[in-house]
Amino acid sequence: MAKQETIKDEAVIYGEWHVRYKYSIGKVAGKFFDALKQKKILATHCGKCNLSFLPPRAYCERSFEPCDGWVEAGQEGVIEASTIVTAAFENLPTPPYAIAYVRLDGISTALINFIRELDLSDVSRAAERIKPGTRVRVKFKENPEGRITDFHYVLPAA
Amino acid sequence: MPNKNRVAVIGVGETAFKTNVSEKTYVELAQDAAKAALDDAGLVPDDIDAIVFSMAPTQFMGVNDVEKWAVDSVWAAGKPFMRIHTGGATGGSALHAGYAHVASGMYRTVLVVGADRVSDTPDAQHILNLIWDLFYEHDFALNTVTMTALSTQRYMHQHGTTEEQYARVVVRSRKNALKNPHAHLKGNITIDDVMKSPRISWPYKLFDICPRSTGAAAVVLANQEMTKKHCSRPAFINGIGGLTSTVFMGDRVGPYADAELSAEAEFITAGKEACTQAGITNPMKQIQVVELYDPFSSTQFPQLESIGFCKPGEAQRLSDEGAFDHGAMLTVNPSGGTLCSNPIGVTGLVRVADAALQVMGKAGESQVPGVRNALATAIGGSVQFVSCTILGADHV
Repeated sequence: MAKQETIKDEAVIYGEWHVRYKYSIGKVAGKFFDALKQKKILATHCGKCNLSFLPPRAYCERSFEPCDGWVEAGQEGVIEASTIVTAAFENLPTPPYAIAYVRLDGISTALINFIRELDLSDVSRAAERIKPGTRVRVKFKENPEGRITDFHYVLPAA
Repeated sequence: MPNKNRVAVIGVGETAFKTNVSEKTYVELAQDAAKAALDDAGLVPDDIDAIVFSMAPTQFMGVNDVEKWAVDSVWAAGKPFMRIHTGGATGGSALHAGYAHVASGMYRTVLVVGADRVSDTPDAQHILNLIWDLFYEHDFALNTVTMTALSTQRYMHQHGTTEEQYARVVVRSRKNALKNPHAHLKGNITIDDVMKSPRISWPYKLFDICPRSTGAAAVVLANQEMTKKHCSRPAFINGIGGLTSTVFMGDRVGPYADAELSAEAEFITAGKEACTQAGITNPMKQIQVVELYDPFSSTQFPQLESIGFCKPGEAQRLSDEGAFDHGAMLTVNPSGGTLCSNPIGVTGLVRVADAALQVMGKAGESQVPGVRNALATAIGGSVQFVSCTILGADHV
């Protein structure tokens, strides 16, 4: 809690929260983020269910068994859900931008990221171009840092 | 879970829902709802055995873990007290906790109460973005608007739903809200008005989205003995169903999904459980009113379908035909629903309260004639926590 100030006219008190954190990454996410630096997307695999998970996780939440392997995800996939954001939200990116859950080839679940290099000037038209079932590919930035933002999705033609 | 012990709603209290209430503090609002519910039940604070406090993230109103501040205001000092929090589903879950307290035989009466002030911060959607982990999902501008826009786009693709069909839901809700003195947004608007409101996140326009509301709600739950003594026309809680899903929405899309995101498929299980307990075999025939948790215009259709009021993809046509209008085949959200008022920490409780009022015949101008059964829902987290409650004029 930081500054507080009484404004008599409005009969309100103003306040703000400033809090800082450090989040432990752990072994599973650590391996995933290390692989991103090599421009690889690694998923955990459950041999019992034969499912591969992104984001990776230590346990398969369906069989309640530890995930027993890692597989490399394809760098292409299919859009399962998408939207185009045209309004500005506090502390969120400047609009417009497109986001999508994409199921990468060989993986059972979908991973969210931005779709970039897409003309968003006509929102309805752009929404049609990224409807479920549309193929996209992964595009890494030149110097990945081991963060989920190291890559994004683009349409194959982009 | 057999509901052998009768539990009924015997008192309901709600404040008006608005953007801001400057003449009251948070806890004074909660107190207003508590007092109104006690008065409605004809009880005094000493008659209440335990309190369940309904509150979602406290970052909106800005006092961390605010339930401790509210203890005195809701007359909980000296009594068992707990806070329940399942995001948007909080009010539904709090009601279920209160129900379990009474059904267990441990308490005769429970006050379920809470309040929220979602507009006290301009950073609401920033706070809602912070519910995602910083490892994998936080960076991609997820918040309640964008996450449900994603599932809505998927639903539209599966069922050919149009933006106009969602706009019609908004028109119906705002019109219903005209008869609800507590509703935040209300009025006679047109499909065109909705279509022309500013685009937010495809397919949503501004009017497809609920307001950020301030207000409070409470219900008094009672066992058979106290119900008989204090209430001639209670709303019996005949069925409850609650279900939790994975946090990852990406697990709920595609051929390997165990609960389809766009269908809000958790309601298939939760609805079936609640209906079985309540002896409902044909929801459309046996239930007259639903109070659905619908912060967005697209939230109603999948719930109606998954709970079993109609087949997948059918709700949009029934909506167009007027089947969900006030007094029609099934009255959907006679209060105006969450689309018209969303005090997040109590929204699920308001759904139950408004459904109970319909069963008790106390819904005023909103009253639908001949209500024997009403159903209320709530949804929270990443469309992840769901609750379903069936209230009846007769105990099953």
